[in-house]
Amino acid sequence: MATKELNVSLDAEGFLTDPNQWTPEIAEAMAEEEGIAPLTERHWKVINWVREEAARTGEFPSLRAISKRSGVDTKELYELFPKGPARKIARCAGYPKPKGCI
Amino acid sequence: MSGERKLAIICSKGSLDMAYPGLILANAARMMGIEADLFFTFWGMDIITKDKVDHLKVTPVGNPAMHMPQFVGGLPGMTDVATAMMKREIERLDIPPVREFLQMVHDAGCGIYACKMAAEMMHLKREDLVDEVDDIIGAMEFLEKAEGAQLLFI
Repeated sequence: MATKELNVSLDAEGFLTDPNQWTPEIAEAMAEEEGIAPLTERHWKVINWVREEAARTGEFPSLRAISKRSGVDTKELYELFPKGPARKIARCAGYPKPKGCI
Repeated sequence: MSGERKLAIICSKGSLDMAYPGLILANAARMMGIEADLFFTFWGMDIITKDKVDHLKVTPVGNPAMHMPQFVGGLPGMTDVATAMMKREIERLDIPPVREFLQMVHDAGCGIYACKMAAEMMHLKREDLVDEVDDIIGAMEFLEKAEGAQLLFI
């Protein structure tokens, strides 16, 4: 299913504008558009950790923080979410485009 | 769009403050899916030399952005003070130390190359350089790799 059919609000680049609207189906739809579907257990490990961390701190975690604390290291992050992991993780996790430099 | 974009960064300075711009940009490029290569030459070799990488310094002397009289910057110990201050701020922003940063950008798929001429000038061999260095190459080989890339000289 395309993200446009999910009846959620997206910004111009296809990021969810309100993380509270997120559902696992949205993650699957985003993954499909990013060319990384179907999501594996390793993808979900990242997505779930990112959502918990963002909910806890109120900020989307840096890629460095994800690689250090989610249990998935930098190399694997780039394999799971190739060609732009920052964007792909944020989209699948239902967060706006990350602004951090790291 | 970003699939074809490519960045090649030449790092020619070996101070702590000049080590970060190249690393941060290369890492940001990789996070966006842009190809990136780092080429270290001349004083930049310190950044990838095993026994130097953890001891890079920032010096207040000759740096007007430090906003202190030049003679104060030249007093004994001022370089260590400035270095400690910068390291503390870097840590606070969740930016890794240089050694860890090199590993991070390399794991992210960024190529790390050392300049052959600079290595020879400074009597540095492969084993003197950090493990992340992919190869020691000449200027022509670097330019071949950088074909079509946006080039930055730092």
